[in-house]
Amino acid sequence: MTAEFCGLELEHPVINASGTFDAIAARRAFGDELIERFPFSAFVSKTVTLEPRQGNPPPRLWEAAGGLINSIGLPNKGLAGYLEHDLPELARLPVPLIVNVMGFSHGEVAQLVHAFAERDEVSALELNVSCPNVETGLTIGADPNEVAALLHQVRPLTGKPLIVKLTPSATDVAAVARAAEEAGADAVSLINTLRGMAVDPRTGQPWLGGTTGGLSGPAVRPIALAQVHAVAQAVEIPIVGMGGVARGADVLDLMRAGATLVAVGTESFRDPAAALRIRSEVSELLANTAVFDRRSA
Amino acid sequence: MTRTTAPFGRRMAPVTAREEHGAYVVIRCRDRTGPAPQPGQFYMLTAAERWGGGEGERPFLPRAFSVLRARGPELHFLIEEVGPGTKRLTELEPGEDLLLVGPLGNGFTKPREDREPLLVGGGVGIAPLAIWQDELTAGGSESPVLLGFRDSDHAPGAALLSDAMVATDDGSAGHHGRVTDLLTGELDDHGDRVEVYACGPPAMLEAVRAICGDHGVPAQLALESGMACGFGACFGCVVPTVDGYVRLCVDGPVLDAQMLESAVVAGAGH
Repeated sequence: MTAEFCGLELEHPVINASGTFDAIAARRAFGDELIERFPFSAFVSKTVTLEPRQGNPPPRLWEAAGGLINSIGLPNKGLAGYLEHDLPELARLPVPLIVNVMGFSHGEVAQLVHAFAERDEVSALELNVSCPNVETGLTIGADPNEVAALLHQVRPLTGKPLIVKLTPSATDVAAVARAAEEAGADAVSLINTLRGMAVDPRTGQPWLGGTTGGLSGPAVRPIALAQVHAVAQAVEIPIVGMGGVARGADVLDLMRAGATLVAVGTESFRDPAAALRIRSEVSELLANTAVFDRRSA
Repeated sequence: MTRTTAPFGRRMAPVTAREEHGAYVVIRCRDRTGPAPQPGQFYMLTAAERWGGGEGERPFLPRAFSVLRARGPELHFLIEEVGPGTKRLTELEPGEDLLLVGPLGNGFTKPREDREPLLVGGGVGIAPLAIWQDELTAGGSESPVLLGFRDSDHAPGAALLSDAMVATDDGSAGHHGRVTDLLTGELDDHGDRVEVYACGPPAMLEAVRAICGDHGVPAQLALESGMACGFGACFGCVVPTVDGYVRLCVDGPVLDAQMLESAVVAGAGH
């Protein structure tokens, strides 16, 4: 069940969604067994920004019907802290490392890409474009021209694979994916969480400290399938599909819709080893099912 | 003390008993393969059946519970129904299964030299104090225990610990008032000799933090927060400390009172 992705030979097609698994914290909770039974074929680290971020004030979580709304706010140690503290530990994981980065301007993204361009510990970079460009006020990932302009600036900075993590809030996500491909992206990943809100039943005010948050979990699975399918019609580059994956059958569905790799996110919150179970379900299903390959069709 | 690490992944634990103590339910389960927890550590619990998943609705995420007591392979959890997850857990009967991840987090540590433990609990937060009392008693120390409950429905929880002094908000049992009234009395008399171990609702913990601060008494507080994962992945359970936000699941749930900006965790107890 090996998978080839942007020149990486992976043992299987199941990875993690950025921000849903902290391998360093999990090592503290589960010890060496985490490393011995590492559930993902590549590890995507949580978003790194140029400067450290504390994240949003609590409450940060709301359990929704078939899912979760989170308002975490991308807490991280910043680029310098990541390079000093996190990268050496993540480099010791038994799988390739994909670093997710986000900037509040094209220049910030360029600085981040440049910083990782020559790091041997890093196999690929994922660009989180679900944030506003402070210079234009536009959500970078919502607009094909913004994404193209960003890629034109950062593509020359590294030979490492660049994966663009698309935002599901774009009017035409396939058009954004096409713009990313034409501007030199090696892959796209989708979907990110969908904007949602919850009301505190006691006060009538927004429950989350950040007012709104991102909805994930089985509730978003049909949206993920539709968007992966739409993007697969529009681009040739590989797709990392994600959104509510909880079972092997969900992985197969996303692959049938056009994904090369599939990421597990919220399900890991319910069971830290969920990806191991999902992986073995995929193996069983594949033994009995023909997967539609959009390239050989 | 090095933390006890959890086996990686969720495991099945058959429910062996269900007991009612007033408004509280104790669920016992047999955890054949897990390590013995340290007092103050917690588990993420899910009922194996009728618990979201797939196409289901709430409850969807596991729920975090400090372990009440560990007797060999048997783990006890103290549960009060406050929402759909705790409702389902309080309905569990022998013959059904729990899915659990744990033990997780950092538990209580021994008191500083020349100090004796003083245990202070409120409501369902008495749970980690029971296993801590078990360990202290096994080590030969009889520590005073102060417990607070809102009314006569909840006061039966006091029977889960030995020799507790009780306070109730409605005066139906023990001291008519707050458990922190009892704490102030104890610290006025013995503040130079004790270290406080407390768990309870946010307002109680904040009062404990203030009283201990005023008396110069060290305190270890077991905090609660909504958690999605319990192992540091979701970053949802942060509390403000002098070092900024920390995740309760991996840096707590037991924290030194002096580290905290406030023991009132937004969104807890809900």
